[in-house]
Amino acid sequence: MMELERLRLPLTVTLSPLAERRSRQADEGLRGFLVKLMLALFFLFTPIQAFAVNPDEVLKDPALEQRARQISAQLRCMVCQNQSIDDSNAELAKDLRVLVRQRLTDGDTDKQVVDYVVSRYGEFVLLNPRLSGKTIILWSMPIGLLIAGIFALVIFVRSRPARRSSEVLSAEEKAKIDELLGR
Amino acid sequence: MIVEIGHFALVLALATAIIVSVLPVIGVHRRDASMMAVATTGSLVMFGLVALSFAALTWAYVVSDFSVKNVWENSHSLMPLIYKYSGVWGNHEGSMMLWLLILVFFSMLVAVFGRNIPETLKANVLAVQAWISLAFLLFILLTSNPFLRLDPAPAEGQDLNPILQDFGLAIHPPLLYLGYVGFSVCFSFAVAALMEGRIDAAWARWVRPWTLAAWTFLTAGIAMGSYWAYYELGWGGWWFWDPVENASFMPWLAGTALLHSALVMEKREALKIWTVLLAIMTFSLSLLGTFLVRSGVLTSVHAFATDPSRGIFILCILAIFIGGAFMLFAWRAPTLKAGGLFAPISREGSLVLNNLILTVSTATVLTGTLYPLVLETLTGEKISVGAPFFNMTFGLLMLPLLIAVPLGPMLAWKRADLYGALQRLWVFAGLALLLGLLLWYMQNGGPVLAIFGLAIGCWGMLGAIADLWYRGNFGKLPVMTSLRRLKGLPRSAWGTAFAHFGLGVTVVGIVAASAFSTEHVVEMKQGQTADAGGYSLTFDGFREAVGPNYTEERGHFTVRSGGAVVSDVWSSKRLYTARRMPTTEAGILTFGLSQLYVSLGDPMDGGGIVVRIWWKPMILCIWGGCLIMMVGGFVSLSDRRLRVGAPSRKAKPVKAVMEPAE
Repeated sequence: MMELERLRLPLTVTLSPLAERRSRQADEGLRGFLVKLMLALFFLFTPIQAFAVNPDEVLKDPALEQRARQISAQLRCMVCQNQSIDDSNAELAKDLRVLVRQRLTDGDTDKQVVDYVVSRYGEFVLLNPRLSGKTIILWSMPIGLLIAGIFALVIFVRSRPARRSSEVLSAEEKAKIDELLGR
Repeated sequence: MIVEIGHFALVLALATAIIVSVLPVIGVHRRDASMMAVATTGSLVMFGLVALSFAALTWAYVVSDFSVKNVWENSHSLMPLIYKYSGVWGNHEGSMMLWLLILVFFSMLVAVFGRNIPETLKANVLAVQAWISLAFLLFILLTSNPFLRLDPAPAEGQDLNPILQDFGLAIHPPLLYLGYVGFSVCFSFAVAALMEGRIDAAWARWVRPWTLAAWTFLTAGIAMGSYWAYYELGWGGWWFWDPVENASFMPWLAGTALLHSALVMEKREALKIWTVLLAIMTFSLSLLGTFLVRSGVLTSVHAFATDPSRGIFILCILAIFIGGAFMLFAWRAPTLKAGGLFAPISREGSLVLNNLILTVSTATVLTGTLYPLVLETLTGEKISVGAPFFNMTFGLLMLPLLIAVPLGPMLAWKRADLYGALQRLWVFAGLALLLGLLLWYMQNGGPVLAIFGLAIGCWGMLGAIADLWYRGNFGKLPVMTSLRRLKGLPRSAWGTAFAHFGLGVTVVGIVAASAFSTEHVVEMKQGQTADAGGYSLTFDGFREAVGPNYTEERGHFTVRSGGAVVSDVWSSKRLYTARRMPTTEAGILTFGLSQLYVSLGDPMDGGGIVVRIWWKPMILCIWGGCLIMMVGGFVSLSDRRLRVGAPSRKAKPVKAVMEPAE
């Protein structure tokens, strides 16, 4: 675990939208819109689903429960194949769900809860990996490739007319054209 | 005896594959027509032999011959007949047999329907197909032989995994493989073209129907798999970004790009090198998917068995084919001549944008899927890349693409007028926004961003309608004339419109189901009522039932709306006796495009049971849209141009025709 902490670069940015969501000042202007957009996309394909949450686990405060659900959707069930603790009915997932709710009731912020779970289980528990030295390639892949692709296209488009203009008709081809055109 | 015949046929198929791999290539080299002709007959023979072998295996399943190890491991005498048939591919060995069968099926189709393809190209294509068949025949015979016997024969089988005992298993894998493996034809065409060193618009015309067919089946296979997961797994999710789902999704994305770039190549002879590369990449991703799923590197529902020797074998196949194809590409691509010119703002330009975004999305999904694996191998550190990552990155990438889709068909080839296209579309854009607002209002509000999501979906649908509207020149010509013009449109134009419309429908479904779904987790006792999605459900109690190979507890619910009974639904929990494995069979009620999803949880102390009820508005749009895309694929496939094929090379223009008409 120590090693994990050490490897993380100082510029570690928590991309957890939950943390962002809490900073209300972010709602201003374009940045606010972008944050909202990211948030919306973040949860786009994640229909609110809970196979596993049992009625006895549900918190009384709906706002708190909502936060618990959103955190749970991002934590991996460690013994399952590819499920969040929110989806899984494994015993360990239930323990984690209860733990998340316990911490929230005790007044932790979303970030504190996630940090606590990570400190216990390591980054493997995060379904959305944090931006750090070891995930820099993962996170920069989409935008990097997009820029590289656009760059390659621009070079391609620029280089082409030059190549084309060098294509001169041979005398034979000119004669053929004249013949076809009846000149 | 029949099983041994099947085994023997498979070995004969291997021998045939060796012949077809070698002779036609030599024939092309020596311009020997009789040696090239071996490709056609050999491919037909290979299909016959593999089909015979597959039939023998199926027979063993149908008669429950438990002396065959594979049947004993994956079947049960009490299993309903349909699952005995579909159970053939519900395991590792059988699914590889299906893979092979479909591969040689496609070779056979090329052999039979490729009459207008030049002989040398056809011989090379079939030879490359035979190389792939050879590799997989060796794989099956050496590491995954389904015909091994047991002595003494057990009296009863171990049953098929209960999750797979579903109608979905009968259609999902065949459809998926028809798509997956269908791209092998594109791959073979690309490799054959590189071997010949010649490639032109005619090549694109021969490849396009295969791409289109493979893409259509893959669309159907993925949609079917998604719906199956939705109703079977019992938690109402329909896409999990599971590595195995990604493995099938990547060839789909690359195949979609290929479909569009082949269009540019066919019409304008541009993007040749890129199209060849895409054709290679698409099938490489299919092979990679097969490796990921079959090797057991990724554990999931789909990985039936994990055995390192198999993984290494497929990895070798992967390395030889992908590596070989890319080496050939690097060697020969520079000799291919560049094609037509076009301005950035043009139909070609828009298709390049499509390709750029789809390729980057494919790479993103690929990176996300493999990253944890690679990182752990290199550094020993374990991280997870799950749904939240894919939703965000993939979603952001799709946004510009979805906005651009209606614009593409509006642009002219070579050089287009973007402003003119926008002018023609702004009414439709306004309508889309209004429709988005209307849908949002009908769902009683919800997140404001959902309006934009819905509007983008509607924009896709209306864009397809706008395309037809302007092609028919409605509003300027009399309606009857316009309708006649629509009737006269090439089928491929209709195919485009259908596919783009379907995409819009799917987007609307995804947004609505994500933004407006509601969920209720309640503990219910007999006679109690719960509300969900404007309906109230009364739990009437349990009934025990016994199926052919399971026992189940069925809960009955009466559904009321405003006090009046509208419907009722059964939701059950099953226990499959042979494997002692429980499954949930969700109760699903459809109201229009929306669904009410009832799933039973654990029993609670005090006699109640946990019931999970979801209201999923407009969720059927997700799969309905895929169906419409499929229809688009088939309509386009029926285009006369593709059926007739490229005009024969020999028909050179006669001089007399070219004489000036003076």
